[in-house]
Amino acid sequence: MRITCPHCGERDRREFYYKGAALDRPAEDAEPEAWHAYVNLRENPAGPLAELWYHEMGCGSWLTVMRNTATHEILDVRLASDAEPGAASGGKP
Amino acid sequence: MAELLAKTACEGLLPLQIAGLTLHEAKPVTMTTIAAYTGQAAALDKALKAAHGLGLPTVNGSSAASDARAIWFGRDMALLLGPEPDAGLAQYAALTDQSQGWAMMELVGDGATDVLARLCPVDLRLSQFAVGATVRTEARHMMASVTRVGEDAFMITVFRSMARTLLHDLKTAMEAWAARG
Repeated sequence: MRITCPHCGERDRREFYYKGAALDRPAEDAEPEAWHAYVNLRENPAGPLAELWYHEMGCGSWLTVMRNTATHEILDVRLASDAEPGAASGGKP
Repeated sequence: MAELLAKTACEGLLPLQIAGLTLHEAKPVTMTTIAAYTGQAAALDKALKAAHGLGLPTVNGSSAASDARAIWFGRDMALLLGPEPDAGLAQYAALTDQSQGWAMMELVGDGATDVLARLCPVDLRLSQFAVGATVRTEARHMMASVTRVGEDAFMITVFRSMARTLLHDLKTAMEAWAARG
């Protein structure tokens, strides 16, 4: 599996650290249910999922990676710092 | 009172020569990471040129002057090797002294690319990785910075605490490469 880092180019998977689903953080004053969902509830799709990966051995960027969990195909990679609110809906519970 | 002695990361361990390949410790120099403040990269590039005669390196690149080298060292960061950084740079970037914090080794010789291919999951062949090119990557399991400093010469840098581990891995790879004849 290879991930194309927007900075460094195409790199081997072992340079990256896996965080988990990329979720939109609820507002500070959101209902406890929203926080409960954010902290505990996850979709487990057999298909595309937005995830956070860290380019630990490379440039040190957090990336939002759209990965097909069934085939490991990487569909999209962008810097997590560039993410628009709501862009992570692929991983949203 | 204890007497403190300066000791480089690979003192007493290098140089090493195996089948025409040489591994030696790079000359110890002042090392400073330069991390540009938001929106200050262009101004920093100008200030670096004025102060040290080299520009801010682009991603996976390096720049050099007669007595200084700057290599790309991660996102929005460069590593200045050689001179003490000019104090004026501090208005554009965070400057952090890294001297003696990293072990720098140079692998020289025909076949250096093949040796590194055993340790790093990136294509370091000359056609893909020209003189002056640099990457932050993995060397075995260590976070490393690899720069091609000549057609058959690489500079490999890891945290100082990992010096012996890198040395061991490089030596093993050099021996295995040499054994193939």
